[in-house]
Amino acid sequence: MLMAVPTIVIVAVAVFTLIRLIPGDPAALMLGDLAEPQQIAALRSTLGLDQSIPMQFMIWVGHLFNGDFGKSIVTGEPVLHLVLSRFFISAQIVVLAVFIASIIAVPAGVIAAWKQNSLTDLALVGTATVLLSIPTFWLGLLLLLFFGLKLGWVPVLGYVSVTTDWKAGLIYMALPVATLFIHEMGVIIRMARASTLEVLRLDYITHARAKGLSEQAVLWRHAFKNAFGPTWTMIGLILGNLLGGIAVIETVFSIPGLGRLLVDSIFQRDYPVIQGCLLLVAVAYVLVNLVVDLLYPLFDPRVVAE
Amino acid sequence: MKKLTFNGVIGGTIITLLFIVAAIGMFWTPFDPMKLSFSARLAAPSGAHLLGTDEFGRDVLSRLMVGAQASVWIGFATVCFAVFFGTLIGLISGYARGWADGIIMAFNNALLAFPGILLALGLLAVFGANQYGIIFALGIAYTPSMARIVRGAVLSLREREFIEASKVMGNSEIYTILRHILPNCLAPITVLATSMFGWAILSESALSFLGLGVPPPAPTWGNMLAAGRPFIEQAAWLGFFPGLCIALTLLGINLLGDALRDKLDPRMRGLK
Repeated sequence: MLMAVPTIVIVAVAVFTLIRLIPGDPAALMLGDLAEPQQIAALRSTLGLDQSIPMQFMIWVGHLFNGDFGKSIVTGEPVLHLVLSRFFISAQIVVLAVFIASIIAVPAGVIAAWKQNSLTDLALVGTATVLLSIPTFWLGLLLLLFFGLKLGWVPVLGYVSVTTDWKAGLIYMALPVATLFIHEMGVIIRMARASTLEVLRLDYITHARAKGLSEQAVLWRHAFKNAFGPTWTMIGLILGNLLGGIAVIETVFSIPGLGRLLVDSIFQRDYPVIQGCLLLVAVAYVLVNLVVDLLYPLFDPRVVAE
Repeated sequence: MKKLTFNGVIGGTIITLLFIVAAIGMFWTPFDPMKLSFSARLAAPSGAHLLGTDEFGRDVLSRLMVGAQASVWIGFATVCFAVFFGTLIGLISGYARGWADGIIMAFNNALLAFPGILLALGLLAVFGANQYGIIFALGIAYTPSMARIVRGAVLSLREREFIEASKVMGNSEIYTILRHILPNCLAPITVLATSMFGWAILSESALSFLGLGVPPPAPTWGNMLAAGRPFIEQAAWLGFFPGLCIALTLLGINLLGDALRDKLDPRMRGLK
């Protein structure tokens, strides 16, 4: 648990170093090919790019603590505000998709394990393996092609936030959420099945059966509780990973989320925004996993939070 | 046992086919994958162009065959990079223990705290969007998980009697590591490397789809999907076949990975 702090520090150093390694001068890039050297030099000093690298780092960290993540080189918007507003858009899609997927996939995985090697099990595992092999950006494209272009049920372009118009917002969110949900179902079914299988062969399950408990009770009251732990950890990892990998989904559905922001800023060499995105996702990832670890004892009392 | 063979056979067949298609594509394709033909723009699949043509009239099948090479090569190179450095770091860290292990693992865990694709995106901004950039970026992104697996295996191995015996016999530490510890780590390395091959192919196509991967006109499955996206309404095949190739490849690798895991992972042995 204490690992969270040094991890975030190392991540901050890594993010800063990474960005400094990028070839190309953002000042020259912003001013275009016709800029005079004096103009470039002047802009470099306003951006703080003429300081030494360690100095730039200290200034940067100092500003971070004041909530100042800098301004976008391209639009001049404050980075923290920009990144957080985009983060909200991505997070609602990811959280909703993983939540729905878990509700369906965890019981499905438990049942597959319980009926191991039966037709039900083969069907569930087969479906899960196929689902997780389909790349999300292709699945999204196919859903868009079918439900958007062929059937015309959902708009193909544009985006409306749920906060401005919740009805329209939900319609715009439907396909991205469905895409992620279908993909993550595959991952979670397999995880839930594997951890249930490990539990089912333990002696206490044999004991519970020997006591004459019904299969229902054995499965849901005894096996499920212990089997859910690893799946729960996995769900945390998925949430974090999706935040990093959602750029492709946002590209397919033209959603102005965090992933798209990151990719666009890489194209535009918008250093402060790239740093802000990377830092925020890394911190979110660490925090999500921290919360997952802290909640773990709720499902598995044998594990005591440190 | 029946299911294990089924997974292995299907997965193995798909991956073998992928390698064969990629190999054939090096010497022969039905059409020149780069040749523009404005008279044959967006032609639907037909006898001449089995999988249709794209927005520049280029043959989709030929481009997919060349794209398979890019996927196989980038996947293979990435896995080699991650296996080599991950195993090296894991062996050193697990065998040395103490402060060296502490420092290496603190750094390793910080890298693992980054979602892989995000780290790759950041690194790509540094290395530039081309195939070598992708290989380095993904290789570096995957190295920490390999290092962690190998270190775990080494930590449990180094306390075993046969390692003790090797030391007592007067073998050097390097010899003990290479002759006795490394071969016993091969099972987890193989299982993880198989998964990584799939991750690398998926990430490469995702990055190319975003425009941060192999730049056009060189065909990869990812950038073909991205290029075909504006035309999918008139030409659905442009959005269909490249994605199908990625999905089939990943399915093959996942099935093969499952079969390998069932066979090699000792934790799974009791389950079959």
